[in-house]
Amino acid sequence: MADMKILPAGDRALVAEFSDVISEDVNRRVNALKRALLAENIAGVREMIPTYRSLLVEYDPAVIALPALTERVRAADPGDVPATAEQRRVLTIPCCYGGKYGEDLKDMAAITGLSEEEIIAIHSATEYRVYMLGFLPGFVYLGGLDERIAAPRLKTPRTSIPAGSVGIGGNQTGVYPMASPGGWRLIGATPVAFYDPAREKPALCEAGDYIRFVPVSPEEYERLRKEGGAV
Amino acid sequence: MSLIVKNPGPLTTVQDAGRFGHQSEGIRPAGVMDTAAFAAANRLVGNAGDEAVLEMTFLGATLTFSADTWFALTGAAMPATLDGAPVERYTPVKAAAGQTLACGLAASGCRGYLAVRGGIDMPLVMGSRSTDRSARLGGFEGRALKAGDELPTRPDDGWTPTPLRCAPPVYTGAIEVRAIPGPQDDYFTAAGLETFFSTPYEVSTDSDRMGVRLEGAAVESVRGTDIVSDGIVFGSVQVPSGGKPIVLMADHQTTGGYAKIATVLSLDLPLLAQARPGDTVRFRRITAEEAQALYITR
Repeated sequence: MADMKILPAGDRALVAEFSDVISEDVNRRVNALKRALLAENIAGVREMIPTYRSLLVEYDPAVIALPALTERVRAADPGDVPATAEQRRVLTIPCCYGGKYGEDLKDMAAITGLSEEEIIAIHSATEYRVYMLGFLPGFVYLGGLDERIAAPRLKTPRTSIPAGSVGIGGNQTGVYPMASPGGWRLIGATPVAFYDPAREKPALCEAGDYIRFVPVSPEEYERLRKEGGAV
Repeated sequence: MSLIVKNPGPLTTVQDAGRFGHQSEGIRPAGVMDTAAFAAANRLVGNAGDEAVLEMTFLGATLTFSADTWFALTGAAMPATLDGAPVERYTPVKAAAGQTLACGLAASGCRGYLAVRGGIDMPLVMGSRSTDRSARLGGFEGRALKAGDELPTRPDDGWTPTPLRCAPPVYTGAIEVRAIPGPQDDYFTAAGLETFFSTPYEVSTDSDRMGVRLEGAAVESVRGTDIVSDGIVFGSVQVPSGGKPIVLMADHQTTGGYAKIATVLSLDLPLLAQARPGDTVRFRRITAEEAQALYITR
């Protein structure tokens, strides 16, 4: 088990850092530490941001100072967390692949040397871990993309990509939670809202979740979209 | 009761203390850049909480009051008039229904604040009225104000100001801020850290609410500054591959992939919020323990 480093991030935040690599083992520990600290409900702790390999804790130093909080965080460190110890929440995400829903699927076939059907089969066969959220509201950083369908980003990013677009950029896959410029290759679209400011929890996912894409027909996509895109 | 925007200036937004509690969902805090001028503005009009204000950038807005309203101007030295008569900053002023407040070009500082008694009454979105332009969220339709916008305000509650005033701060253009090394100071060489903490930097014209970008001596890293993304706070100083530091400000993303050499002391961030292109910035090293002692006795 690697040591946890406690690093100051200014006078009102600290970072509990476990590693500088991306791995499920490390991310499980981050997630478990976040849960442990949430359960302790420490006075003065304002907010936590879990990332791939660290947990940022924002706090009020007038309520709890760095040495005292450091002690609490060290005491809450779960150490190594076996995969079996984590409750796995898997969200199934309907995805309509190709055509006008995923304009780059054709090019993806040329890049990877696979057929469109093979790409769809590979992309929808994995349970992707949500390592963290960031960049945009509800944007999930997913791990686990099969190397066979990795592809470089577009040379010229699109100026606007509609919300719900499912893309591949390098060795990452993900979903645009809101209309945004972007350089990922679009392979499909989901009717599920990954971000909805009107929900109590605006982001669909939280770090530690898994998501699995399920291919649906254009008819099914349109029907689900009319129903409001609930999972 | 409302404030009617006649001319918004280049960038005027509704802001409060910021949107907290949703950063783990990728939702950035936004909020005012200059927390000191914000607090002063609310205090001057007797607002108990962190009520929403207008943040104006370089050139102030022109607005008409639909009802009698107490207001106060703080932050950047924007000369202002009420129906043509000069208005003092850092003091409560009462506008009569129909009067027009015109805020001019900042003589010093960068961001001016207008607070009204009771606050700008936009709906709360996730607990905040701050404008997040990137997510088109909060404030007035999630965007900068335009001519013709009508901002709801609260009715006159009969409040009268105490004779208390506060002295406007002086913005000199030679800024010194204290900064706590880390969390990734180990990505930089001893020479790089020495450069960062000893040489003056110049505020770039590319600076905005996301970050104060600095020009000057490149900060030497050990082997590049790409990191596996981790969390960001208001005041994180990230150093991209070119070695030029960027102090991340109110509109910072929640996570980022560049090494952060230091974090600016929260008490000193208002100085950077008022930085203008061409101003100089020096960083002075301070420990987290010293910083927290200052924070508690502030």
